[in-house]
Amino acid sequence: MDFLVNLLPSGLAHHAPALVIVIPLVAAAVAALMPNGRLGWIVAMVTASLVAFFSLVVLGLVLSDGLISYHMGGWEPPYGIELRVDALNAVVLALVGVMGLLCVIFALPSVGDEIEEGKQALFYSAFLVALAGLLGVTITGDAFNVFVFLEISSISTYTIIAMGAGKDRRALTASYNYLILGTIGATFFVIGVGFLYMATGSLNMADIGQILQEQGYNRVTQAAFAFIVVGLGLKAAMFPLHVWLPNAYAFAPNFVTAFLASTATKVAFYALIRFLFSVFHPDVAFVELSFTWVFAAVGVIAMMVASSQAIFQTDARRLLAYSSVAQVGYMMLGLGMGTAAGLSAGILHLINHAIMKGALFMALGAFALHFGVRQIRDLNGLGRTMPASAGAFTIAGLSLVGVPLTIGFTSKWYLITAALERGWWWAVAALIISSLMALAYVARMLSAIWMESPPEHHGAKPAARHAFYMVLVPMGILAFANLYFFFHADVLVGLAEAAANAVTGGH
Amino acid sequence: MIETFHIESLAHVSPAWPVIIAGLVAALISHNHVRKALALLAPILALLLWFNPTTTGTFGLIEFGGFTLETFRYDNLSRIWSLVFIIAAFINGLYGLHEKDRLADVMGLIYSGAGLGAVFAGDLLTLFFFWELTAISSVFLIWGSRNNASYKAGLRYLGIHILSGVLLLAGAVIRASETGSWAFDGSLSIDTIGGFLIFIAFGIKCAFPFLHNWLQDAYPKATITGAVVLSAFTTKLAVYALARGYAGTEILIYIGAVMTAFPVFFAVVENDLRKVLSYSLNNQLGFMVVGIGVGTELALNGAAAHAFVHIIYKALLFMSMGAVLHRVGTVKGSELGGLFKSMPATTFFCLIGAASISAFPLFSGFVAKALTLAAVAQEHHTLVWLVLVFASAGVLEHSGIKIPYFAFFAHDKGLRVREAPVNMLMAMGLAALLCVYLGIHYGVLYELVPYPEAALYYEPYTFDHIVGQMQLLLAAMFAFTVLVRFKLYPEEKRSVNVDFDWIYRRFLDGAARWAWQMIDRLNAAVGNVVSSVQFRMGGKAFEIFSPGGQLSRDIPSGVLAIWTSALLAVVLLIAYLAP
Repeated sequence: MDFLVNLLPSGLAHHAPALVIVIPLVAAAVAALMPNGRLGWIVAMVTASLVAFFSLVVLGLVLSDGLISYHMGGWEPPYGIELRVDALNAVVLALVGVMGLLCVIFALPSVGDEIEEGKQALFYSAFLVALAGLLGVTITGDAFNVFVFLEISSISTYTIIAMGAGKDRRALTASYNYLILGTIGATFFVIGVGFLYMATGSLNMADIGQILQEQGYNRVTQAAFAFIVVGLGLKAAMFPLHVWLPNAYAFAPNFVTAFLASTATKVAFYALIRFLFSVFHPDVAFVELSFTWVFAAVGVIAMMVASSQAIFQTDARRLLAYSSVAQVGYMMLGLGMGTAAGLSAGILHLINHAIMKGALFMALGAFALHFGVRQIRDLNGLGRTMPASAGAFTIAGLSLVGVPLTIGFTSKWYLITAALERGWWWAVAALIISSLMALAYVARMLSAIWMESPPEHHGAKPAARHAFYMVLVPMGILAFANLYFFFHADVLVGLAEAAANAVTGGH
Repeated sequence: MIETFHIESLAHVSPAWPVIIAGLVAALISHNHVRKALALLAPILALLLWFNPTTTGTFGLIEFGGFTLETFRYDNLSRIWSLVFIIAAFINGLYGLHEKDRLADVMGLIYSGAGLGAVFAGDLLTLFFFWELTAISSVFLIWGSRNNASYKAGLRYLGIHILSGVLLLAGAVIRASETGSWAFDGSLSIDTIGGFLIFIAFGIKCAFPFLHNWLQDAYPKATITGAVVLSAFTTKLAVYALARGYAGTEILIYIGAVMTAFPVFFAVVENDLRKVLSYSLNNQLGFMVVGIGVGTELALNGAAAHAFVHIIYKALLFMSMGAVLHRVGTVKGSELGGLFKSMPATTFFCLIGAASISAFPLFSGFVAKALTLAAVAQEHHTLVWLVLVFASAGVLEHSGIKIPYFAFFAHDKGLRVREAPVNMLMAMGLAALLCVYLGIHYGVLYELVPYPEAALYYEPYTFDHIVGQMQLLLAAMFAFTVLVRFKLYPEEKRSVNVDFDWIYRRFLDGAARWAWQMIDRLNAAVGNVVSSVQFRMGGKAFEIFSPGGQLSRDIPSGVLAIWTSALLAVVLLIAYLAP
C-alpha cells in the first residue's frame, strides 16, 4: 500500500480528503452545462477517475500513517467541520471511489441506450452529486454534515432513479416511494442528531463520543440512539425498512442500479457502524442489547424472508434486489455479533457484496442493452448468445451463493467462523439455510441462461452478440475480482480487519 | 524391483497431481491424439509415484492460510484404494481412445485425479476440496450425453453432491470448533453433531438407502465412457471415507444389509441394462458397508478387497454394456438379444465380468466376498449374514445372468453389428484378465489389504466354501433357466418344470412383484403426502413471498411510515429495558 502514499506530492496529498468531495461537486455543475451526453460522460469519467485515485491515496495514507484529521477552512474541531478518516471509512471511501469509476465506464453504452439524449448531461450531473454525497457521508467527522450529505445523495438519487421512466413508467412511483421513505429516514436521523446536540452540545462525532463517555447516558441519548438507528437502517435497507429498495432497483436505469447496489446501502451501513461504535459505545448496555435483539435478529429474519422472496421473483433485477436485502442481513448479523471478528466479517461481506452485485447488475445491464432482458424467462439461452457476459454473470452468481473459489465463500466462511466463536449455532444454521436459498434463486437464473435454448424468431435463432468493450471491461474486472480475491484473500480480509479494529480497538 | 526407483525429490508428490495436471493440460490441447496420450500416460506416472514412498506416512504438506493441508497420506488403507483408482483411470483412458470429445477427456482426467487426491487426503479440508472437485468434474461426464434428460439428471446429481460437500464442510467446521482438530481418521464419531453431518455427507455419496436415487438417475444417462469412469470413483471414494472415519460403527451393518437387499427387486424388473448395473452397484456397495460396519480386521480387509475387485469387474460390465450401446444404440433388454454372434469377444468379456460379480470360484469376486461373509459370520450377525446370502443370489440373478443373457443371448433380434472397437476390447480384456488373475492368485490381493497379516491366514478355497457357493449359484441359475424356458417356450414345458416353475414364478416371482408393487405403492403414497404437503407449503410460500404475495405487494407509503415508527418503538423499548 505504500505506493499509494507516494503517488502525490505531500502538499496535494494533504488535501486529498477535501478534494474527494469537492471535485465531484464542482464537476456536477460542469456536467450540467455540457451540450450533449457524450461530453457529460467525459466529465463524469474524468471526475470518477480523479475520485477513485484520491480515495485510494487517502486509503494509502491512512494505512501507513493512521488517522487523518482534516480541518475544513482551518477551523479547529469541534467548532469547525472536520473530515476524519480512519481505516474504516478509508476502506468504504475507496470502495465507493473504485466502484463509482467502474460503473461510470459501464455508463456510456447503458445510459446512451436508456436515457433520452437531451437529458443525459443532466443525468450525469445528478449522478456526480449523488457520488459526492455518498463520499461526503463517508468522509465527514461531523454528525450534522452526515445528514447534509445524506440528503444531497438521496435527493439526487431520487432523480436518477426516476429517469428510468423512459423505459418503464413504474420508475416514477418507485422513486416517489423511495423519496417518501428516504425523507422519513433522514428526518428520523436528524431528530436523533438533534437529541445528541441537546445532550452534549457538540456536533463533532468523536467529540460527542467523548462527552457521552464522560457524562454518561440518559433517556435523551437513548432516544437519539433509537432515531439514528432507524433512520440509518432505512437508508441501509435494513429489514423491514427495505421496501423502497426492490422497486427502486428494478425500475431505475441499469447503470443506476449497478451503482446504487454497490455503493449506496454500503455507505449507510458504514454510517450506522460509525454511530454505534464511535459515537455511542458498544459496551453501553442498551447498545449491546440492541446488537443481539435488533441487528442480529433483524439480520437473520432478512436473510430468510428476503431470500424466500427472491426465489419467487420473475423480474431479474427485482430478484437480485431482494437478494441484496438478504445480503444486508448478513452484514447486520456480522455487526450484531458485537465482536471484532463479527464486525470484520460483516465489513468483508460488504466489500465482497459490492463486487459481486456490481458484476451481476452490469451483466444484466449488458443483457438489457442487447436483448432488452428484464424478466428471468428472457434470460433463456443467453449462455449461447452472449457467452462472455453470461460467464461473468455466472461467476458472480456463484459467488453470491458462496461457492468455494469465489469471494462469496470467503466472507461466508468468516461470518460462520465469527458466529462459532460467539457460540451462535442458530446463526450458523441461518447462514447455511440462506445460502441454500441463494443457490435456489441463482440456479433459477443460471439454468435459464445455460440450459434453455434461446427463443427463436421465425425459426431462426438470434446470432451471438459481442457486448461493448465499455461493458465488458468493468464487468470482466469485477468478475475476475470475484475469483482473484479468493486466492488473495489477505488483501480484502486485511482491509476488513483493519477497518473493524479501527472502531473496536481489536476486541 | 520396486524399491529401486525411489526418487527422493518426488517423495512428497501425491499421485493425484499428474492426473489432474494432465487434465488441465488436455483442456488446452485441441489435438486428439495428444490428449489420448495424456490420458494413458497420466495414470502410468501416477503409478510410478504410487510406488515411490518407501515407508508409510504423511507427505506433501501444504501450508495454506493457517491450515496445514496433508495431500499425500500413504498408508495401508489409502494404498489399496489409490492403486485400484489408478488402474481404473488407465482402463478408462484405454476404453475412451476412440472418442473425440475434449470435454470428456479433460473432465475424466480431472475426476480421476480428484478421486485419487481425496483418497490421499490426510485432513478434512483437503478431503473437502477434492470431494467437491469430483462432484464438479464428474457432472460433465453426465452432461456429455448432450441431451435434455442428461442435462437435468446432471443438475440433480450436481445439486445432491454439492449438498454432500456442504454437509462435509459444515460438519468439519463444527468438529474443528469443538475439538480443534481437522484430522480425517478414526476419531470421527456419529455421536457428535459434526461427526454426524460428515457421516451423512459420506452417506449421500455412498448412496445409502433413501439417499441413493441420484445414482440410478444419473449413471444410466451418462456417456458410454462416462458411465465406466463414474462407476469406479464416486461411490468407492465414499466407501473409503467411511472405512477411514467410521470403521466399526454398528449402524453401518444394518444400512449395508438394506443396501444389499433392496436393489435386487428393482434390478430384476428393470429393462435398461445400464440401470440394472446401477442397482447392482448399490447392492455391491452394501457388502462393503457391512464390512466397514463390522469393523474387525478381517471385515475391513473384506471391504477393501471387495472395493478393489468390484471396481474392476463393475467397470468391465459397464464397458461391455457401453460397447453394446456404442454399436447398437440401445441397452434396453427388450430390444437386444443374440448379440453373441456378432460381438463374440464382448460377450466373452461380459461373461467373465458376470462370473466375477456373481462370485464364481476362480474369479475375483469370490475371494473378496468370502472375506466379508466370513467376518460377518465370525461376529455372529446371523440375520445380516442371511440377508447377504440372499443378496448374493440376487446379484447372480440380475447382474450375473440377466445382463449377459438379455444382451447377448435370449431371443435373437437379428441385430448384426460390428464387434466393439479394438481399444474397447483391449480395455475389457485387461479388466477381464485382472478379474481372473486376482481370482486365482488371490495372495496378491491379500497382501495389498489394510491388514495383510489377518488376511494371510484366510484361505478362500476350502471345500465347504466352494461347495456352499456353488450350491447357491447353481440353484439360482437353475431357477433362472427354468423361468426363462417357461417364458419363451411355454409349449415345451415339462410337468416337473411346471411345478417347480409354478413355485418360482407364482411364488417367488409373485413375491418379488408383490414387493415391487408394494414398494411402488408405498412410494406413491408417501410421494402423494409429500407432494401435497409441498404443494400446500409451496402454495402458502408463494402466497406470502411471490411478487404478488402479501410481503412483496406494493404497499402505500403511509403504511410503511407506520412500520418505520413500529421499529422505532421496538428500538426505544430495547433501549428503555436495557439495564
